[in-house]
Amino acid sequence: MAEYKWPAAEKRRLIGKRISRIDGPLKVSGKAKYSFDMNRPGMLFGRILRSPYANAKVVSIDISQAEKMPGVKAVKIIQGAGSTILWAGDEIVAVAAVDEPTALDAMRAIKVEYERLPHVVNDEKLATVPDSAKKPAQEKIQGEPDKALAEADVTVEGYYGNAVITHCCLESHGQTVEWTDENNVLIHPSTQGVSVIGNDLAKALEIPAGNVDLKMDFIGGGFGSKFSIDRWGIECAKISKLAGGKPVKIHLERDAELQVAGSRPSMYAKVKVGAKKDGTLTAWESECWGTGGPGGLGTPQLPYMLNLGSGIPNYKAKFINVATNTGPQRAWRAPSHPQMAVITLGALDDLAAALKMDPIQFLLKNADMFAPRTAIYKEELAKAMEMSDWKNTWRPRGEGAPGSTKYSKRGLGVSMHTWGGGGHASNGDVIINPDGSVELKMGTQDLGVGTITILTIVIAETMGLPMDAVKIHLGSNRYPSSGASGGSTTVGGVSAAARRGSVDALTQLFAKIAPMLDAKPEELEAVDGKVRVITNPSKAVAWKEACAKLGSQPITVRGVNKAGDRELTNSGVGGVQIADVSVDIETGIVKMNNFYAVQDCGLVLDLTTTESQVFGAMIMGVTYSLYEEKIMDNATGKMLNPNMEFYKLAGALDIGNFKVHMMTGKGYDERGPIGVGEPPTNSPGAAISNAVANAIGVRVSPIPLTPDKVLAALANRKGGSSNAKI
Amino acid sequence: MSSHDEKPLKSESEKDSAVSRRSFLKGSGIALSVPLIAGNSRLVKAAGQDVKVHGPNKVSITLDINGKKQAATIEPRVTLLDTLRNELDTTGAKRVCDRGTCGACTVMMDGKAVYSCSILAIEAQGKKITTVESLAQNGKLHPVQQAFVDNDGQQCGFCTPGFVMACTALLNKHPNPSPEELRSGLGGNLCRCGTYVGIRAAVAQASAQMKKGGK
Repeated sequence: MAEYKWPAAEKRRLIGKRISRIDGPLKVSGKAKYSFDMNRPGMLFGRILRSPYANAKVVSIDISQAEKMPGVKAVKIIQGAGSTILWAGDEIVAVAAVDEPTALDAMRAIKVEYERLPHVVNDEKLATVPDSAKKPAQEKIQGEPDKALAEADVTVEGYYGNAVITHCCLESHGQTVEWTDENNVLIHPSTQGVSVIGNDLAKALEIPAGNVDLKMDFIGGGFGSKFSIDRWGIECAKISKLAGGKPVKIHLERDAELQVAGSRPSMYAKVKVGAKKDGTLTAWESECWGTGGPGGLGTPQLPYMLNLGSGIPNYKAKFINVATNTGPQRAWRAPSHPQMAVITLGALDDLAAALKMDPIQFLLKNADMFAPRTAIYKEELAKAMEMSDWKNTWRPRGEGAPGSTKYSKRGLGVSMHTWGGGGHASNGDVIINPDGSVELKMGTQDLGVGTITILTIVIAETMGLPMDAVKIHLGSNRYPSSGASGGSTTVGGVSAAARRGSVDALTQLFAKIAPMLDAKPEELEAVDGKVRVITNPSKAVAWKEACAKLGSQPITVRGVNKAGDRELTNSGVGGVQIADVSVDIETGIVKMNNFYAVQDCGLVLDLTTTESQVFGAMIMGVTYSLYEEKIMDNATGKMLNPNMEFYKLAGALDIGNFKVHMMTGKGYDERGPIGVGEPPTNSPGAAISNAVANAIGVRVSPIPLTPDKVLAALANRKGGSSNAKI
Repeated sequence: MSSHDEKPLKSESEKDSAVSRRSFLKGSGIALSVPLIAGNSRLVKAAGQDVKVHGPNKVSITLDINGKKQAATIEPRVTLLDTLRNELDTTGAKRVCDRGTCGACTVMMDGKAVYSCSILAIEAQGKKITTVESLAQNGKLHPVQQAFVDNDGQQCGFCTPGFVMACTALLNKHPNPSPEELRSGLGGNLCRCGTYVGIRAAVAQASAQMKKGGK
């Protein structure tokens, strides 16, 4: 079997350079057609009636009035009498009508009777959560935590946490579905799994997988929430059939999007940590709880990053999973990591403050416990210190960094993180056409991360061609299948498959051309739009001329990456972030001054879109640290802010100044491309929380750090008690 | 109604709108006493003045979109955004929050950035509506669009058309925006992917280029 590798640094013409995303012009001109933009011939507009109650039984449904309305083409009960509803916003009835106003009127004409049941929608105050909503506690113990804490020179206890947030994709979840005949379906969905969800739809509709034709050119955000065909996708297909197969479009209204289309679980923890006087970390104890909706969430692996390799010698981590009557959780950009970082790096920061140590020196002192990324963290911490001018800017907790005034306190905080991101399984057909153009057909998707751009870079680089000679086709389940875009696995998977396919296609072309150049195929290379002899570059033939020799038959080669293959991609990255904030101690408002990130992700294919991923993760991080929260009302069981005026996202001028440094070169590049969408999302909560604690001298918890919580923490400090007890 | 500009649009537009809030309130009481017939708007007397009453059934309207007259038949409650997207297949403006917060639906009306989700299509008659589709001329991107591409002021791209329109309207009015003008001009748009670093760089580049007359 052939061996494959990435081109050596001195041979990279495109890889690792700054290249603007290829689909940029389509997006800025409004020409990019998202699934939500589909206007199919004769299309009907669908709408879903949702439960207003968080826990209820459906007693009766009367759709007769709606069915009679002019313009209403189909009404379908999704969850009929007797169904149990476990969260507000769950789907009850679907309607399809000739236009949106008619669909809305039809929905209003439906009468549903519910029997309401008691609900639980909040979990932060664990003592108020009924036992019936708590799953049995789980506990993981290593070493002798009780003994180690008793013997520690310094211990601190604190409370850290994260509220539930939503994905808030700007293109809401949904699709347009039509039956092209009795047995065949065409779907335009908004999905992170082009090669996956068509099969799920086929199964639900009891038709062969090959009868579902799925197309998606662009997607308006996913962040982990768009891996499933979803009930609304299946019901959309069913109601289309009821309406004679006509296209039906259902995209969630904003309130439904925020209530039911995905949330990031909460995670709260009471933590006790201990260390020796010299700063050596000795023990951890945590009692953690959180909710991911009715089904709960996966057990967090606390203490974060300290249990991967040699780790912290003694720890005890207890977890209580709380089931609530809220829309179910979905993977949210690095599931559990941002929450675990807030808890772990927050507790370590309080411990460093109690030890009167610089938190970076504290992390360096204990760097060996962060195996297997110890060496990377040391390099990255040094770089982050330099970028933030840490030595001249950081001050011990509560003293106020330079620039502080009587009412505005400046502080700096640090955090570190990890993530996997090894390439997923991917297949793609690389085609060299007789006219010299090159294509790739791959059943993947570009979530806006630059997949089209990096695939073009890989193929153009491999074949020595300009980027405009390469055309990427993706977004269809008719192309060779590629993994869903989750876990930051896309770049490794698709780039490895594209590289292998390109190398093999080129090898076939060389075999055709070699006799023309009086050389053996393995003596040829493709550079600068030519195929030439490596040892005698003047013996060359232009690319187009070479391809013309193919006659009428293009070269088509399947490039493959198998899951877990580490020849061209790898898994495991580290990152460090430093936040610099000012806190107005009269209003409680936290303002971002500067935000620094140092990140590795193996071989960077395109520096522009890679940095954009890091910037994006940090901005999302500012948002979840300071503004975002899915606020649930205990009395009604409803989300109080299912809209965008009260579900707050940061604006363009709320975020301060950003600097990103990618770790590249020796020690990094040879690992091959590794996903970067998720890792930099992990640290912002901890870095910003720690910066706020550094500024005002007291821990504010949980995130988001809204003014009310900042003021309450300050009031608490003035009262003489501190969150961190020594 | 919402505007990205510091001055509320309402005061100006009410003067010449066929359905200003005041006349709508006057009209709505009268409407009950006239038969509900299909067809276009008609005049009724209210407080001694002629007041236009629309609907409740579908009415034929004509909109001036990117310099072209376009006809549509819609219920009076339908927004300009939904008319553009659902009736005229002009889908650059996006529906996201649908209540005047996020700016993804931003278009220009008589040169001002407005939220098209918060304007009724019937109100937009007689106005010059400019959408993102019209900015590129002869296959060449507008300097603002080019700046978004050059500075990667986009990821998924769903907020991008709205941002491009808001930035264009801002720079048309304030070629050299002050921080306050920037805050006002960009503060009405939200992005979820986190493209603000690129967007801010794009505004700086476009501002420099438009001043040079690169428009």
